[in-house]
Amino acid sequence: MIEASPTQIWIIIIGMAIGTFLIRFSFLGLVGDRPLPAWLLRLLRYTPVAVLPAVVAPMLIGAKADTDPLRLFCAAVTIIIGVWTRNVLWAILAGLGLFFGLGAVLG
Amino acid sequence: MSYSPATQQFLKGAKDGLPFHIVIWPFAAIFGAIATQAGLNVAEVMGFSILVIAGSAQLAALQLMTENAPTVIVLATALAVNLRMGMYSAAITPHIGKASLATRAFAAYMLYDQPYALASIKFEKEPDLSLSEKLGYFFGVAIPIGIAWYLLTLAGALLGEMIPTDVGVDFAVPITFLAVVAPMLKTLAHVASALTSVVLVLVLSFMPYGTGLLVAAVAALLVGAQVESWMEKRKAAA
Repeated sequence: MIEASPTQIWIIIIGMAIGTFLIRFSFLGLVGDRPLPAWLLRLLRYTPVAVLPAVVAPMLIGAKADTDPLRLFCAAVTIIIGVWTRNVLWAILAGLGLFFGLGAVLG
Repeated sequence: MSYSPATQQFLKGAKDGLPFHIVIWPFAAIFGAIATQAGLNVAEVMGFSILVIAGSAQLAALQLMTENAPTVIVLATALAVNLRMGMYSAAITPHIGKASLATRAFAAYMLYDQPYALASIKFEKEPDLSLSEKLGYFFGVAIPIGIAWYLLTLAGALLGEMIPTDVGVDFAVPITFLAVVAPMLKTLAHVASALTSVVLVLVLSFMPYGTGLLVAAVAALLVGAQVESWMEKRKAAA
């Protein structure tokens, strides 16, 4: 149970709201329509492939994750289907379908 | 009936965003349910989902609050989880930076993973879209997901105990991200960047409060850009 007082809870909510907004607004707000240099644009093209795998990997493998062969298998299938079909929806359906399907079968 | 180009893009965005709803709906409902079960009232739960509107950070904050971590640690961790969105902001700026300040502020409020991921794919494929078409597409993805996030959080908070929270829905989050990234692994540079990202984040997992993630992501950006320029030089030489 959360023991924080309502004041503390609202400090967390408002603090997260302001902080998250400022992070999201940073470049959009400050740079606006000034052109960004070509080298920076080249770097930014890689943001999804550079950021998202680093978010996902610790959820599946590593010290803090409770590594589960079923999850790793389903994650691998998701990647293979995604690379093969180039379709986000098929990859999600394959990965989650297999996870809940096999999960139900294996108990 | 004919729609304006911006409206057409809004509808395309809404359609492309549909797969994410499979994940968002249960995720929001479970956040609402576990937050209520942990002792938050409906106003507080909705405060998170409406004001913060960032699922993984909300879950991280909730986890720490149930462990009675100090307020400063809760805030620092939740914001560290969201730091990747600074990179989203930089990446989306060349496309919608010419919009008015109010529009940019509204886009920033909705700059979560899904609209960023889909819009960056779309704008790379179709760089000639006008500003209003790009905004239409972005909000087409973002607005329905935002509304679903509010409503399903509310449903989760009101139904509370009736929602099972241990059915493995947390697995939907990594699966969604993998499904977004896999179709983008189309060049050696993209693959090299993704591998760098995975290896470094695991090696750097000793670093506190998710800072390893940022180092791994920045290194992976550099690797991707470097490999791309090597490949271009080899192509030019051949």
